[in-house]
Amino acid sequence: MIAVKQLSKRYGPVVAIDDVSFTVDKGEILAFLGPNGAGKTTTMRILTCFMPATSGTATIAGFDIFEEPMAVKRRIGYLPESPPLYPEMTVEEYLVFVAKIKGLPRAAIQPGLKGAIEKCGLGEVSRRLIGNLSKGYRQRVGLAQALIHNPDVLILDEPTVGLDPRQIIEIRELIKGLAGDHTIILSTHILPEATAVCQKVVIISRGRIVAVDSQEKLSSRVRKSEKISLRIRRGDAASLEKIKAVAGVLQVSPQASEEDEVAYIVESNLGQDIREHLSKTVVEHGMGLLEMKPLVLSLEEVFLQLTTEEKMPESQQQTVKDAS
Amino acid sequence: MRNLFTLIGKELHLYFISPVAYVVAMVFLAVSDFLFYLQVRGISELSSRHMMQMQGEVPQLIVHEAIFIPTFRNMSFVLLLIMPLLTMRLFAEEKKGRTSELLMTSPISITQIVFGKFFAAMLVYLLLLILSLHLPLVLSIVTEISWAPIFSSYLGLFLMGGVFLSMGLFASSLTENQIIAAVIAFGILIGLWIGGVSGANASESGIGEIAVYLSISKHLEGFIKGLISTRSLTYFISMTLLGLFLCYRVVESERWK
Ligand SMILES: Nc1ncnc2c1ncn2[C@@H]1O[C@H](COP(=O)(O)OP(=O)(O)OP(=O)(O)O)[C@@H](O)[C@H]1O
Ligand SMILES: [Mg+2]
Repeated sequence: MIAVKQLSKRYGPVVAIDDVSFTVDKGEILAFLGPNGAGKTTTMRILTCFMPATSGTATIAGFDIFEEPMAVKRRIGYLPESPPLYPEMTVEEYLVFVAKIKGLPRAAIQPGLKGAIEKCGLGEVSRRLIGNLSKGYRQRVGLAQALIHNPDVLILDEPTVGLDPRQIIEIRELIKGLAGDHTIILSTHILPEATAVCQKVVIISRGRIVAVDSQEKLSSRVRKSEKISLRIRRGDAASLEKIKAVAGVLQVSPQASEEDEVAYIVESNLGQDIREHLSKTVVEHGMGLLEMKPLVLSLEEVFLQLTTEEKMPESQQQTVKDAS
Repeated sequence: MRNLFTLIGKELHLYFISPVAYVVAMVFLAVSDFLFYLQVRGISELSSRHMMQMQGEVPQLIVHEAIFIPTFRNMSFVLLLIMPLLTMRLFAEEKKGRTSELLMTSPISITQIVFGKFFAAMLVYLLLLILSLHLPLVLSIVTEISWAPIFSSYLGLFLMGGVFLSMGLFASSLTENQIIAAVIAFGILIGLWIGGVSGANASESGIGEIAVYLSISKHLEGFIKGLISTRSLTYFISMTLLGLFLCYRVVESERWK
């Protein structure tokens, strides 16, 4: 549905995105995850034909974004970083205007309006001036604007920004519900958002893609249980059984290890600390405890590692400079 | 076509719910009524003296010369001062409120956006001119007036407004600050206006001639006197198209930044 090929964009000397490629299948939700200034907004603006890329191209629903921008625009609903609203209009007036310029046939405008108002929970404010709405409601109007013409593709730049926690959950549910009929790209800085909503995650940092992963793989990396890495001197089938018998242990998986030691990953329920019992068992049975440490290689860490590893020396330099 | 009507409709909607258009209309009508009144009072004093000598009414042509020509001249200058207020919002506000992102990612062309705004502004301006028609109508009750030069004057004012609005639109596309947009528009319009005055002093040289040709006031003068020349028609229409073209180029090039 969406195929992005080697997209690059420079603002003068600033490289905003560099050689970005990915694909999204029909009905999928893809999260674009990255820290500030990573190039998320830039990529989305290129995909929505708001501005051209320096090089590379992309096709949306089979149409090239440079050769047939009108066909692409007709099929896209776009929620920009700051919702494009006219504060002097009422919600309804605004949505009708958007429906018209998106080329919705006259007969489809009222049903489209009703649908969008209902989906985004705008019923109560539909006759109010947009300028008088709270930030969260404006964000919803922005979302309603993106889906009023029932586009094949939705591009949402930080759709949950500025919402309260309950609304965030509602909007996420809404976005999930839209997948299937719509192909969605959304951007976020918030990792749980990406994993909660999306099948596919693209992690981007300073204009480059650093990881592309499916949701299944991500979930396995995300911490769903407490994991403890355990290394002991003497381990055999019997000791494995004994470790499994410790209260709270869900699963024990043997790991590749060095010659004179055995390594296990011990999983327990989230929030349950079994280290005390575990160490007691290990010591009492004379297994020779070498190391026991909690494993928290969550996606958060992967994300942080991937997106910050090259920045570390800079900040260190900074501190050195400050000290001298 | 439907897109164009939608865009015109949206701009008109925004005009009528904001106070700017009303303030502009009120200032324009109040000032032109006042200036008109001054002219009429002047001529009536004059004619009462005439009447004693000639025992006759003031001829139509003199009414036009003495009342309408100065009134329309004044009116055009008032318009120069207030029309930038009608256009300053048009693009600047779209940029500032980020609504340009909506327009530019919708299946409508930049030409439609530019013309939508221009036609909406022209309609508001047309309404302004229609409202000012009460001046000749009132005068026609008390004295005979010749309508032909009045209509040519209105045609001239209308075409001149096209230049004002298209240049104002261009100015608005350059910035996201409405005040700056209005100031730039004033600059362009005053430059075009006084070009003729300074050009007239240096009229032997080629530059002087060009300056005279570019001067809005010189071309309007003909219309006000009841002369419709193709030269002036061409001037107004091509200056209007120039403003729109420049505006189009700016909006278009904005994407490439
Ligand atoms: N108009 C511009 N002129 C110059 N540089 C720009 C412009 N817009 C963006 N950039 C630069 O391009 C890079 C990517 O910006 P972009 O807005 O795409 O980041 P982002 O991932 O959306 O960040 P955020 O999470 O803060 O929204 C940044 O370094 C930014 O400074
Ligand atoms: Mg952004």
